[in-house]
Amino acid sequence: MTTQMFGMPIRRKEDPRLLTGGGRYLDDLGHDALAAAFVRSPHAHARIVDIDASDAIDVEGVVGIYVHEDLPGRVGEPLPLLIPHPTLTHGRTGHALARDEVNHVGEPIVMVVATDRYVAEDACQRIRVTYAQLPVVVGIEAARAGELLVHDDVPGNVAAHMLQEVGDVDAAMAAAPHTLTLDLDIERSACMPMEGKGVYARWDRDRGELRMYSSTQTSTGVRAAVAAKLGLPLAKVECIAPDVGGGFGVKIVHPWPEEVLVPWAAILLGRPVKWTEDRREHFISAAHERGQLQRVTVGFDDEGHLLALDVKLWHDNGAYTPYGIIVPIITSTQLLGPYKPGTYRCEFWSLYTNTVLVTPYRGAGRPQGCFAMERTMDAIADELGLDRTEVRSRNFILPTEMPWDHGLLFQDGRPLKYDSGDFPASLDKLKALVGWDDFADHRRQAEAEGRKVGLGIGCYVEGTGVGPYEGGHIQIETSGRVNVSTGLTSQGQGHETVFAQIVAQELGVRMEDVHVTTGDTRKMAYAVGTFASRAAVMSGSAIALAARNVRAKALRIAADALEVSSEDLEIVDGTVRVKGAPATSMSLGTVSVLSNPLRYAFDEAAKAATQFAGTFDPDKPPVADDEEPGLEGKDFYSPTQATFANGMHAAIVETDPVTAEIRILRYCVIHDCGTMINPMIVEGQVHGGVAQGVGGALYERMAYDESGQLLNASFMDFLMPYASEVPTIEADHLETPSPLNPLGIKGAGEAGCIPVSAVIASAIEDAEGFPIRRMPISPNDLWELRRRHADGAIPSLHRSSRSSRMSPKEPTA
Amino acid sequence: MKPAPFEHHAPLTVEQAVSVLTEVGHDGKVLAGGQSLIPILNMRLASPAHLVDINRVAGLDTIQVTAEAVRVGALVRHAGLERSEEAYAALPLLRQALVNVAHPAIRNRGTTVGSIAHADAAGEMPAILALTDGVVEVAGPAGSREIAWADFFLGALETSLAADELAVAVRFGRFPAGTGTAFTEAARRHGDYAMAGVGVAVTVTDGVVSAARASFVSVTDVPSVLDLGPALGGVEPGTAAWEAARDAAAEAVHAHVEPEGDIHASADYRRMLVTELTRRVLPQAADRAGALA
Repeated sequence: MTTQMFGMPIRRKEDPRLLTGGGRYLDDLGHDALAAAFVRSPHAHARIVDIDASDAIDVEGVVGIYVHEDLPGRVGEPLPLLIPHPTLTHGRTGHALARDEVNHVGEPIVMVVATDRYVAEDACQRIRVTYAQLPVVVGIEAARAGELLVHDDVPGNVAAHMLQEVGDVDAAMAAAPHTLTLDLDIERSACMPMEGKGVYARWDRDRGELRMYSSTQTSTGVRAAVAAKLGLPLAKVECIAPDVGGGFGVKIVHPWPEEVLVPWAAILLGRPVKWTEDRREHFISAAHERGQLQRVTVGFDDEGHLLALDVKLWHDNGAYTPYGIIVPIITSTQLLGPYKPGTYRCEFWSLYTNTVLVTPYRGAGRPQGCFAMERTMDAIADELGLDRTEVRSRNFILPTEMPWDHGLLFQDGRPLKYDSGDFPASLDKLKALVGWDDFADHRRQAEAEGRKVGLGIGCYVEGTGVGPYEGGHIQIETSGRVNVSTGLTSQGQGHETVFAQIVAQELGVRMEDVHVTTGDTRKMAYAVGTFASRAAVMSGSAIALAARNVRAKALRIAADALEVSSEDLEIVDGTVRVKGAPATSMSLGTVSVLSNPLRYAFDEAAKAATQFAGTFDPDKPPVADDEEPGLEGKDFYSPTQATFANGMHAAIVETDPVTAEIRILRYCVIHDCGTMINPMIVEGQVHGGVAQGVGGALYERMAYDESGQLLNASFMDFLMPYASEVPTIEADHLETPSPLNPLGIKGAGEAGCIPVSAVIASAIEDAEGFPIRRMPISPNDLWELRRRHADGAIPSLHRSSRSSRMSPKEPTA
Repeated sequence: MKPAPFEHHAPLTVEQAVSVLTEVGHDGKVLAGGQSLIPILNMRLASPAHLVDINRVAGLDTIQVTAEAVRVGALVRHAGLERSEEAYAALPLLRQALVNVAHPAIRNRGTTVGSIAHADAAGEMPAILALTDGVVEVAGPAGSREIAWADFFLGALETSLAADELAVAVRFGRFPAGTGTAFTEAARRHGDYAMAGVGVAVTVTDGVVSAARASFVSVTDVPSVLDLGPALGGVEPGTAAWEAARDAAAEAVHAHVEPEGDIHASADYRRMLVTELTRRVLPQAADRAGALA
């Protein structure tokens, strides 16, 4: 047998290159290119009265200065609304350069192209824009009030209003023995990839061809959008995603204004042009996420079974909706997690504000949904005096109930139907890992030392691997080198490794012979992109299917040449051989030679494929009717629906009794993404996700003031956690294979960050004895909550008033 | 995030540096480690026409320990001072504070004198200069002068250094025998500007506190020293009276500081925090005073 590759914790093939400075990111390309820089709005809402560039024109090195009226035809029209939806009745998108109104600080107004970025920025500083300021809408409450409008023609600032209901919620609520209402609040955060966005375009005037590079999560998407905007034949546009230093969602949005303007300027000027986003631009001109207000009303019985769940969400979508309403749709559907809600109604309003637009960020609406559901679970447990895991457990969808159809439409327009998962097993593993049942002792001991500790939990289900499709192409060279290509892009996930593992396993070749290319429209023109935890599921499956095709072809050719039946053959370490008689063999390289009948022998090995090299059946053509030359194969994978991964996290936190500083003492993860291709990479994804989740729970917020200025638009004031703030993550896995794809896999990319805010809120609540309904939480916030709790403005948890402290070991109900 | 054009000057001597500064006046900025200045330039929050880069000036990179002081030249990096065993032996407070200055990469480039000349109320080293009753040595067109710390800091990011003057060194004063020091701060993330910080020096003579003082980070607009003698004087550390004295010292701090709120912490929170930090850090200093005695 070939060495087992699939499922092994193999070190990443890309790391030696990336870790020794061998990466080639956007800004490493195009040193001969002109540089673009932008004048961006300093106001959150204003009409542009006048633009005076007269002082900038003479700056030495300036090549061009462009405003909206310079943009021809479709270049000047609004950017596309990528994901229309029937309830998105008032979708709005911006222009590549603002036309006459700006709707958030950072919106691009003027593009300067110059010999270098220094000169371009000098010129930007000399351009005087006169504004007439308009009233500013910041924050969900202001947007919801609807007194001031972001867009004149959008009443109430409502971009979309959507409602899904399963069962008769009102009747079930009225009949429920207990009801609770929770008002919840989640603040904004953002992807913040290490590398910002960037575009570099070259125009070949003689051939009429555009080649562009973009730090994107979808090179095929950018290519199609740019060709459409610029009126170029698709065949004359190439888009390549070079090494990309992180995406986390923001780079799936396309085309960004710069992705249209930079190629347009390159064609206009006949010279290469490049733009590299700087960090301030990323803060004020890219995208944020999370921000929601939520109201959950829940009805339940004496045992804590859910009877009715009625959720209202007010979602801040920022100034525009280029990515539609995917985020609130995901919140409203994935909120349900591993539970059966009895009856369920979710209504959301997606609201405009004069802030940076909101598009998916790792987790994509799920952290908010998980927060709502898990806060509700804790509240039910407290209301009834039940252990928090017991309430969860009683509402789980059981493995025997799979597949489970919630009766809702998911973000891909298909039914929200869980394919698999073993929630009771996951919870058992988590409780054992964190020592759930022993925590009461741990707490007593800490309290005796004057310390406050709390234990929190959060569970989620994540729909991963949404369609429509991805493809895989595999070609084996005469040297035995295996070239693998898929069209979706890589932002550091380890695709070069995991896709190679799949191919090595399926074909029976060595890892080092497999070479993976992603995100290059020259290699694979049909692709969707890397988002929604879909790369492994979609491209992994497509590549596996392609590998199986290639393997079958290799066996056919080798069987012919070795004069044996293909069933008697196996492929081991790149050699096709007869089972039980390994001396009768030929290398895949030789099979590749034979697969391509030759006129000319370009090297020694090629002789075997030339016309006088062997005995051929003169009645058959050199290439059979149902074959193609070359040892290669291609396939696509297009599933009927998403596959659902899940996870459960628990944390122990300590809060300082005086200063209210919050420390995570332990962080435990049980993660189920089906069959794992590479457990080390899965664990890395989980670690990275938890780190971002910790940021969202304890550190990150977008501090907009009332005038729409972002006060913390730098890494000095926007507090991404450092390694020193991220706890050691104790992770264990459960593997419930997906029945939906050939490899049994589910997505893992977003998992880690989804429940963290819910888990940390749960743990702080447990430590403090009063409800936590708003995240993130800082020491200052917690200190204020304590003061309000002491003043009686915030009630204690019920458990505090019960005669004895609730213990998980006590009989329930 | 590219700076506006500037002229780069690279003097080789203090005299040349002063001469350039005299020539360019308020259009000039001194560049040493650049850990505050370069981001300010890149974000175009300031656009000085001239940068006087003193990194090639000879003789500014030394640490000298005398009986009275630790003298630190203008090109001594935080990391160099932090790692100096001689400086640590003479004044442990320096290392106690320096490990809180941002991150190692920043300490490798940033200079101690530069951070004092920058006079950010959130900086650790201006507070340490105050706590040690230090002075700034200045070279100008009219020759050299010394500025006592209390006369040096005028306001947030504002000092009595004239535009044509160069801070060539600072001298941190040494404490009398029997003095223990300690420094602590609380930041949102490790290495961030502190929400509040406090350094204390406690002198113990014949088993009881004979002198005690504190200075603060991020809770006063200029460095200031609070005499904790009235609260702690004559008290024996570790006794019941010491506990009450710590409370009194904390109360004095509470009354002394004048924090301002920002997006990371409110004024009230910072006041509470520095008070509690003082209470917590005092035993450490008292301990060390005992160990040194």
